[in-house]
Amino acid sequence: MDIKTFQELKQTIKQTNKSIVQIAFELEENSSNLNKNELKKIAKKTLKAMKEAIYTGLSAKSETNGKMGGFDCNKQVEFYKNHPSVFGRLFEKIICYALATSEENARMGRIVACPTAGACGIVPSILISCFEEFDIDKEKQINSLLVAGLIGKIIAYKVKPAGATAGCQAECGTASAMAAGAMAYLFDYDIDIIINAAALAIKNILGLTCDPVRGFVEVPCIKRNPFLAIHAAVALELASAKIESVIPADEVIDAMEQTGALMSADLKENSKAGLAKTKTAIIMDKSCFTKKYYSELND
Amino acid sequence: MNEISILDIISPIMVGPSSSHTAGAVRIGLLVRNIYNKKIKKVKIILYNSYAKTGPGHGTDKGIIAGLLGFNVDDTIIKDIFNTPEASKLEYIIDWEESFTRHPNSVDFIFDDMTISAKSVGGGEIEVDRINDFSLSINGKYNVLVLVVKDKPSTLARIADIIQKNDINIASINCDRYARGKNTSCCIALDGDIKNSAIEEIKKEINPCLIRYINKLGQ
Ligand code: SF4
Repeated sequence: MDIKTFQELKQTIKQTNKSIVQIAFELEENSSNLNKNELKKIAKKTLKAMKEAIYTGLSAKSETNGKMGGFDCNKQVEFYKNHPSVFGRLFEKIICYALATSEENARMGRIVACPTAGACGIVPSILISCFEEFDIDKEKQINSLLVAGLIGKIIAYKVKPAGATAGCQAECGTASAMAAGAMAYLFDYDIDIIINAAALAIKNILGLTCDPVRGFVEVPCIKRNPFLAIHAAVALELASAKIESVIPADEVIDAMEQTGALMSADLKENSKAGLAKTKTAIIMDKSCFTKKYYSELND
Repeated sequence: MNEISILDIISPIMVGPSSSHTAGAVRIGLLVRNIYNKKIKKVKIILYNSYAKTGPGHGTDKGIIAGLLGFNVDDTIIKDIFNTPEASKLEYIIDWEESFTRHPNSVDFIFDDMTISAKSVGGGEIEVDRINDFSLSINGKYNVLVLVVKDKPSTLARIADIIQKNDINIASINCDRYARGKNTSCCIALDGDIKNSAIEEIKKEINPCLIRYINKLGQ
């Protein structure tokens, strides 16, 4: 048995009366030859790595490997100390945790690619801040990671989560949908709302290009992570009010696939257009590809 | 091969910043280490195209050396690998080149007695595509038996027979004939782990010019 569309997922849940978590575990037990306990152990280890990346990143204040960032999380944390966000503590945490993880990634720190390294801050920032703010028990924490993974898996059947394949909609967009669905699960919403939250998140991010400056996972990637995390939260807010995506989830993914295919290769991780070819980016790029630059980087 | 698991989506735990340029580089280093299969004293590494251009900012060079030294993708030592005692014992040169004929993320390893080429194909997935003069395909997901044999009829069938007799499923076979009647390279991906006795049997039966068993990479 495998589940390749959101429609199949919904039907299976309604026909078998199983929960989304049960289905996620069963699918994974089938395809991986691991039993439920082994899977739980891996999920636990993954969540721990997510948390460690966040807390390392929160207290770090040093340049990233490509030398284009590394101080933004610190700025945000310091700012909040004297100016608490008008949107409350959860909002603060989501933004800081996403920045912390993405900066850690660009510093060659240890992160979880979820689904990719470039989008590594989105799912963890949502999950970990919800765990902390709403006192979620361990069992449910693990389950929520599997729900996120199941949503990513269904999307990945049609669109490979890679900027080179379909632009950033496939990386940060997919991560945002995963986070939205997992959050819906955490707050006990039913499968319709989980799927709808994922669909709304993707729908609003269709066409997002991948044009990293100098080819590094820094600009725009680092700041994009907190944006797409909050984006997931908005998707949940709408979905939980039973606002529906007029276009069903599976068709939204079809649209993402088509949009990705139509997108110029120059905007798919090649750094040949968009932000990567702005005046400032070109000046920054000039110092690249020289021996001096390499030796500086490896100082 | 289109199967995607939930674990694929929520992994790997890795050192950033890029799955293809960092984790992929470490995995290439690890696989090349398995293929070379003896202590590496000296190596020249040539990074091509995107691996050359954005490699240093992504730690591609560090990742490759860390992999060659046996460190895994999630080892935080990778960032400082150049300053470790392990790296200081290794004699290596890293060069950067542009070549239109090569894959955007490709790399050559030049040892005194062997040349290996590899590429990073996205999302941390990799492929070793050349050993010396033979093109082949090893992705680190399967245990692989690599052979160079005299190009004679039925050789392949005899090898497959021995493997099957040992109760191991063959996942794929790909061959490259260097020149007719001369040598053929053969790359057999296996679903299980082959016993030493089976390898000995192949050696005896076929008398290959080269036989090497390469373990798949860990998760
Ligand atoms: S812009 Fe490209 S490299 Fe950066 S996170 Fe998005 S897909 Fe990844």
